[in-house]
Amino acid sequence: MTIECLVLGAGQEVGKSCVVVTTGGKRIMFDCGMHMGYQDRRRYPNFSLIPGSNDFDTAITCIIITHFHLDHIGALPYFTEVLGYQGPIYMTYPTKALAPLMLEDYRKVMVDRRGEKEQFTAQQIQGCMKKVTAVDLKQTVQVDKDLEIRAYYAGHVIGAAMFYAKVGSCTVVYTGDYNMTPDRHLGAAQIDRLYVDLLITESTYANSVRESKLARERDFLTAVHKCVAGGGKVLIPIFALGRAQELCMLLDDFWERMNLKIPIYFSAGLTIQANMYYKILIGWTSQKVKDAYVTRNAFDFKNVCDFDRSQMTAPGPCVLFATPGMLSGGFSLEVFKQWAPSEMNLICLPGYCVYGTVGNKLMSKPKQIILDDKTHIDVRCQIHQLAFTAHTDSKGIMDLIKHVSPRQVVLVHGERPNMEILRERIKSELTIECHIPANHETVSVPSTQIVKVDMTKAFIKHNTSMMRRRVLDDIIEGNKTLTGLPSKVAEGIIVMEKGKRAKIVHQEELLPFLNTKEHEVHCSYCFPVYVGIQSGEVSMAKKSEGLSIERDSKGSSMQKDLDALSAERNLKAFMVEKDSRSLLERDLEALPAERNLASSSGTEVAIEIDQMSEKSEALFAERCLASLDRHPLLHLLFLKLKEWIGEVENIQELYGCIQLNSMCIHVCGNEDCPYRTEPAKEYDRALFFCCSWSWVDEKLARRVVSFMKDLDLSCD
Amino acid sequence: MNGLDLVNWQCLYSAADVKVCLKKVHTLRYAEEVCYDNTLIIKPFSSGLEIGSSNWRISGPRRNLMYLTSSVFESDHTMDFDYRSLQGSDVILFSDCSYVHNTEYKVPCTSSASLSSDCYSDRANNAAELLSDNSESLKEMQKIGFICSCAVNSVKAGGCVLISIGRIGSSLVLLEQLSLMLDSSDLKIPIFLLSTSAEEMLAFSNVIPEWLCNQRQQKLYSGEALFSHTELLGAKKIHVFPGVDSPGLINAWQEPCIVFSPHWNLRIGPVVHLLRRWRGNEKCLLVIEHMMDTDIALLPFKPLAMKVLQCSFLSGIRLDKVQPLMEKLQPKIVLYPEDSRIRVLPDDRNLYTILYYTKNETVRIPCLRNEIEAELSKDLAIGLKPKLLKNGSMAIARVKGKINLNLGRHLLGPVPEPSRTFQHEDEKDLMDVVSVENSRIFQRRGDLPVLAEKSSRIFHNRVVHWGSMDPSMLLVALEERGINGTLVKHETSSGFSCKIHVSEPNKAVIDISGSSSVISTGDESLGALILEAVSSTLDSI
Repeated sequence: MTIECLVLGAGQEVGKSCVVVTTGGKRIMFDCGMHMGYQDRRRYPNFSLIPGSNDFDTAITCIIITHFHLDHIGALPYFTEVLGYQGPIYMTYPTKALAPLMLEDYRKVMVDRRGEKEQFTAQQIQGCMKKVTAVDLKQTVQVDKDLEIRAYYAGHVIGAAMFYAKVGSCTVVYTGDYNMTPDRHLGAAQIDRLYVDLLITESTYANSVRESKLARERDFLTAVHKCVAGGGKVLIPIFALGRAQELCMLLDDFWERMNLKIPIYFSAGLTIQANMYYKILIGWTSQKVKDAYVTRNAFDFKNVCDFDRSQMTAPGPCVLFATPGMLSGGFSLEVFKQWAPSEMNLICLPGYCVYGTVGNKLMSKPKQIILDDKTHIDVRCQIHQLAFTAHTDSKGIMDLIKHVSPRQVVLVHGERPNMEILRERIKSELTIECHIPANHETVSVPSTQIVKVDMTKAFIKHNTSMMRRRVLDDIIEGNKTLTGLPSKVAEGIIVMEKGKRAKIVHQEELLPFLNTKEHEVHCSYCFPVYVGIQSGEVSMAKKSEGLSIERDSKGSSMQKDLDALSAERNLKAFMVEKDSRSLLERDLEALPAERNLASSSGTEVAIEIDQMSEKSEALFAERCLASLDRHPLLHLLFLKLKEWIGEVENIQELYGCIQLNSMCIHVCGNEDCPYRTEPAKEYDRALFFCCSWSWVDEKLARRVVSFMKDLDLSCD
Repeated sequence: MNGLDLVNWQCLYSAADVKVCLKKVHTLRYAEEVCYDNTLIIKPFSSGLEIGSSNWRISGPRRNLMYLTSSVFESDHTMDFDYRSLQGSDVILFSDCSYVHNTEYKVPCTSSASLSSDCYSDRANNAAELLSDNSESLKEMQKIGFICSCAVNSVKAGGCVLISIGRIGSSLVLLEQLSLMLDSSDLKIPIFLLSTSAEEMLAFSNVIPEWLCNQRQQKLYSGEALFSHTELLGAKKIHVFPGVDSPGLINAWQEPCIVFSPHWNLRIGPVVHLLRRWRGNEKCLLVIEHMMDTDIALLPFKPLAMKVLQCSFLSGIRLDKVQPLMEKLQPKIVLYPEDSRIRVLPDDRNLYTILYYTKNETVRIPCLRNEIEAELSKDLAIGLKPKLLKNGSMAIARVKGKINLNLGRHLLGPVPEPSRTFQHEDEKDLMDVVSVENSRIFQRRGDLPVLAEKSSRIFHNRVVHWGSMDPSMLLVALEERGINGTLVKHETSSGFSCKIHVSEPNKAVIDISGSSSVISTGDESLGALILEAVSSTLDSI
């Protein structure tokens, strides 16, 4: 599965942010902004490029708006009311509260002041906002069965959020605009370490590191103070919400401290009303502002009052916040025309000015601004450019990427040369794939793919409990660096059945799960090895060593001893069935070859079982040890094998047999042993060894067998 | 009074303790997920009772539990009971005990029984309707309206009104309605709020739109204050003081007046002083909540001439809504408190199991799922080599990877590259863990520790065959490999058993029983061929 990321706006530019992400059958539109630099149809994203654009309701699962700036929400009423999208729209509470103000302000500027044909009416803005679902930070919203979204604090402006979206196993974060350092009224962006497939981030300041905020604030205050002290007027062209409140807080505070009486004006009732919203939404500001709300709401400005149009030409110093920002038209431009020719006055340009606006032209400090053929404005006033934007700088972008740890990054909302530099940094410093698509380009990114399975408790327990134990041990040993932990390899068996979810089981659970029993496949081979003495002597030798003490009284022979041995083995097998959970028996089960041998024994064995079953477990263990004494020739064979094989293989002498992996070798006295293929009598001076092994060890066993066949145990 | 009673007067905790305690609290928003110990996911949903009150979902790897507390479907101050988000819970721990106090909502047994059969389908249809009807909130508003009119009548008669209600949301609504009614009656009566926390509460309630009901959120969008008390404070219609001794209170004080001063049993705070002042005046009115023992609460103030209005606000799910709610939520198991047994009648057609819990007793909830829902990375899935089983309906494959537990989800992914070189050592280490663990057991039992290591090795690397061996199939398989055998069958007491004797190209015997096959031959290459044939007739992994 892939994630398709279609950039409809803000690709290698700033303005009309709109990214359409398609994955897992869902299509999410992140932001629906407008471009402030254009007056023609280029101001809106080209929605017709969305696949299935004849029916937006089915083409788009939902729209997510990150914050109320027009370059992120400006086209929304057009999209919902004019183009008719009826589906869900998500934004945070403050964005839902403040967006209509921004939209209405813009509509008024366009229609009333610029005399343009209106794009959407006031009713349409209301209608659009009714479709919006407000979300809280970190609230996990289930848009539908498969799509989950979540908002994270982004700083930037009040209510700005970064959005996380998850479709099945595909995960995306779209940052919108964000600020990694807290400012006077907002906190810094905060997000979890999400390890997403794709991170779409803004990159306005892709190649600059900003100096401290305090210094910039001081510069701003000094410039404003100097101007008003000299009787000049200060014009701050600004959008109604966001920066206006921050600068107002700054000035109000400064006025209090300096005991200044010069008026600070807000143009239009709009911004005063905006402050009301800020007062209610104080929970979305920084901790410091929040903590103080009981005693004094930080947005109750003491020195701020409404501005009347007639005051534009009135004498005397003042500070005026006027909308719109960037001097893109409307009232702020009107005031600018009046005030710009006087060198006493000051124009403060807070933040970014889009290309094509008067604000943008002013940045190069020209002597004259040509608005149109008839209007030429002489610019003699001071111009102070505030690096007061609430965007993160390149260090912040890098920090965010590092923190979110995406697999790939898409940069939007920036200028191409700087974005290219940042892209190289991301690739080289973070080794993360990075794209900078232009408008109308699509980037395809692979997603983490997973298959849903069931895992049994035993499988997880077996494979994680040890992990935990290791962690615990490490902690006990004082080694707390968990990253250095060796990873535990989990092993299991996946069972796939048609029409059912695949299930991973632990190996031990497989057979019960399949409702079947193990079928053991063994190889057995009984063959003679040259020993150089009579078989009678063998039994004498054994007797003298006192093998099988209990049996001696009954008149021992080697045959009997061996029968006894097989009886014990059979008993073991019996015990295994009786209580398979007992660990002792479990280990005896590890000698499966013996079991087979036992099952082929005669009737004597059956009697033995009856007798034995009545005896206690303790007695059983005792007898095991007594009868499983070492056979001298077996021991000799063991030494020879060990010498031949070396230390590498796991060879042991146990219970009267030699164990090598699954292979078991013991002395065989049964003349009718079913595993003998050669007749016995040819080998007078030979002792039969019966070998059995699991088929897994076939190769090893065959090597051992051929070694033994060539062996002469009589040499010692 | 003896010494024992004095114990009750000792200081349980200080203000500092409260502060320290609250610092440890991790706050969540509605529907915010938090993961505890990487296993449990905890998520609160609005319960509608009070500002911020919640029902909690706790999801573990194999089941999830919903802690359902006192909930109110529709509120006129706080966010409504978000019951739609509770769907899909396996277990509901029903902990709404409001019915204990709310006798008025008791459902008579007869009516519930008559509902059981005929009206069932109707009821299912009506369930959603019943849950979303707004009669509850209308009734609450009527109650508030009644309190207001009683209060206005009292002040009109020249008496004072003392309101001691602890419910914050209801108090705020009452405050709003009361000032509206005073305005409409053209009365200039001051309202006092006497409480140490009143100022903070008023400020706070106006900055939390995310926690309030829909109508109040609409106020945010139209730029109005969430509660009208901001305006009333500005217009000096309400006065807030921490206590009766606060400076300024004397100057603002004027009777008749309306005073809000909550204390749950009328023992501490300004309410005591004001009751002493007004208890003899039959024109005055005391508004209190329904409490366990009103007589005891009022005892110190007797004889009491002032009127007492006792009111009870809706504080939980009405009993007649419990069943429709459960039908909507479709849990698998519901736990009710034991003492609700007589009131909530279990319906025998219910699709869920009902269990009862009592104080100090642990209830074991049956396990609903044996498996844990988990994820397998595609990289691993592609690398699988599935093997179709003989019965043809299943395929199996060995899978090896690393289990990552992230936010309660198990993901089996590929073993990370760097550790791949250490894999062998790793396994060995783990083997040691097993053997050490096992040997401990052995040592306890006084047995041989050597065996333990042995067992773990076999346990890990064993190749397993299963199914029953069909001798004729084996003969065919042998033939395919150029081996001819003769089949000899035996009937034994324990089932069938047979032998295949092979003489060409060399001597071999295959001994087949129900659960095992033993191949014996001295010829290595023949042995290998026979093994192959045997393996091919069985399922294995």
